Amino acid sequence: MSDKNKFKIPIGPQHPALKEPESFSVALKGEKILGVDIRLGYNHRGVEKACEERTYIQDMYLVERVCGICSHSHSTCFVQAVEEIAGLQVPRRALYIRTLVSELERIHSHLLWLGVAGHEIGFDTLLMYTWRDREVVMDILAELTGNRVNYGMNTIGGVRRDINPDQIKKVLKGMDILEERTKYYIEVASKETTVIKRLLGVGILSHEDALRLDAVGPTARASNVNRDVRRDDPYAAYSEVSFNVITDDHNDIYGRTLVRVKELMEAYKIVRQVLKDMPDGPITVKAPRKIPAGEATSRYEAPRGEDMHYVKSNGTEKPERVKIRAPTLANIQAVKHMLKDRFLADMPIVIAAIDPCFSCTDRLISINDLDRTKSEIVTWEGLRDYSIKWYKEKGIDFSKVEI
Amino acid sequence: MISALFAILVFPGILFVSAFSLAAEFADRKIHARLQNRVGPPWFQPLADFIKLLGKAELIPTNARPLIFSITPVFALASAITAYLYVPLWTKDALFSFNGDVIVVLYLLTIPTMAFFIGGWYSTSLYAKIGSVRLMTQLFAYEVPLFIGILSGALLADTWSLYGIALFYHNNPMFRFFNIIGFAVSLIALMGKLEKVPFDIPEAETEIVAGVCTEYSGKFLALFRLALDVEMVVGASLLAAVYLPSGMSLGPIAGFAVYIVEIFFIVALISLLRTVFARLRIDQMVSFCWKYMAPLGIAQLLINLIVKAVLIK
Repeated sequence: MSDKNKFKIPIGPQHPALKEPESFSVALKGEKILGVDIRLGYNHRGVEKACEERTYIQDMYLVERVCGICSHSHSTCFVQAVEEIAGLQVPRRALYIRTLVSELERIHSHLLWLGVAGHEIGFDTLLMYTWRDREVVMDILAELTGNRVNYGMNTIGGVRRDINPDQIKKVLKGMDILEERTKYYIEVASKETTVIKRLLGVGILSHEDALRLDAVGPTARASNVNRDVRRDDPYAAYSEVSFNVITDDHNDIYGRTLVRVKELMEAYKIVRQVLKDMPDGPITVKAPRKIPAGEATSRYEAPRGEDMHYVKSNGTEKPERVKIRAPTLANIQAVKHMLKDRFLADMPIVIAAIDPCFSCTDRLISINDLDRTKSEIVTWEGLRDYSIKWYKEKGIDFSKVEI
Repeated sequence: MISALFAILVFPGILFVSAFSLAAEFADRKIHARLQNRVGPPWFQPLADFIKLLGKAELIPTNARPLIFSITPVFALASAITAYLYVPLWTKDALFSFNGDVIVVLYLLTIPTMAFFIGGWYSTSLYAKIGSVRLMTQLFAYEVPLFIGILSGALLADTWSLYGIALFYHNNPMFRFFNIIGFAVSLIALMGKLEKVPFDIPEAETEIVAGVCTEYSGKFLALFRLALDVEMVVGASLLAAVYLPSGMSLGPIAGFAVYIVEIFFIVALISLLRTVFARLRIDQMVSFCWKYMAPLGIAQLLINLIVKAVLIK
């Protein structure tokens, strides 16, 4: 083929394959991918900076909104860091409830992923089935926490809602239904011919590359990287429950699918253990409004991989610095690698296979001038001045607004 | 003159086939939805979609050639409807029939695909261009098995008129059991022509947005969609005429009812198949068609040659 056959097509910022705005510029030669340019930043909300302007309690609700799917992950991770600085002893019952919600969240996230993966390879039937069954766990979460997403379950020093025996019964019943259905999905994902054709050998990430590119979560575990924060650095009640860390040596999307569906089975196991062993007692301890000066890092195994929060306090009621490293940021580097020499048709599923959450990933704003030669990093005040100027040109004056 | 006009415009022409193909689209969508555990659309949804699209503004991309861009949907629909005039068979009196019409129908069925290709190519969108190329690649993959599948049935009947083929299998019902492989091959190839999962590669939503139809809107898109629906009915009728002719001796009304049932049976088969598979990649699709479908078609051809030599002569 001649050079005339080379061209670039944009996947995103708006594209049916992507659930969030993100730009992938794909250089193609026929159907083959020559290279991919990934551009982040369409979803940047300045959460880290905004955390510094708010109290710890307000921050907890803010970081919960970093991601719509793993909201409990971010809030728990943040709360753990704050509790460590403040030296709070969280009651055991609260830890168990956190574990319960976190596993339910994993179930809902993995079922969601399975459906999205089915949609990306044109297998809409799988999407419809998994999302129907996902309603079971969504209803359970709504019953336990009051919300289907953004549960608002955590508070500094414990959890906000207790659970009663009635709810435990409902959860157990839901787990039975889901376990039955998940066995069927394992069957579909591992035996259906067209699914295997689209997944096996696609998006290869070797063991060495997974380590080199710092992949996390199911993406890494499918490349036989035996890492799981729940086991390696137990938080909440994970040190008291037994479960297997699922790994797979397929190194491809097929492996990632198997890891996720098998993790679902482990999640049901954990939920049952947590409900059985749940201790009695208070669900929260009183936390001070002002957190003493100090810093802490907290790790958490979110459904998508290891989530990390760093909090630095200065003795006031607002943190001095909050740093969030969401799992997608660790995995996004691997996508470029996985897409090398693949077909255009593999692009959506390869991107979807890391279970990306782009809004978690967007970091900082850099403003490029038009020919993209110069870029600068803008401070908080600079950004505010810029926005005031921008709106003034549009006829709205925000300069009098106090923040 | 008037009867010819009636045949072209009302029955079995434009009006009837449009209504019938919208009903077939509804059946397809409803069955697909029920199999996926969804509620599915109400019965008038395809018609509502069609009317709504007719009322929408149509945008022609700046770089596209307006004439070609707007004329290809008409070509697609016209050739699909023309093809239909020859295929419906439910009585012993064929509507229009001549020796060789099976070839004409197969060729008329190729024209909508060509129209999609040209329309997509001239709309100058990158997604549409990739869709067009995929459409052509796919055409070369499924066309041969489809032709072999249909024509091997004709070979056994020793005639190249659809009416003759149907009459032969009607008079010798047991012979149609030799054609089971051919039926399967033609059905799968037809799914490629209709761009149904697992062969919806030219309009793969998650890869190239809407493929050739990406830039189409308004009444052009409505015509394209109707053309695809008509293609589905024509293809199903073709399969019904060659592989399952029945009810020809029941008289016009009962025969017509049997014909309708046959079409919906084939549509239901297509819906079932598109529910249980994931979309293939274009390279997998081409290799599947040449590795399995074409050899199976040729095997059918051989079976029919042997049957013809042994049983008929």
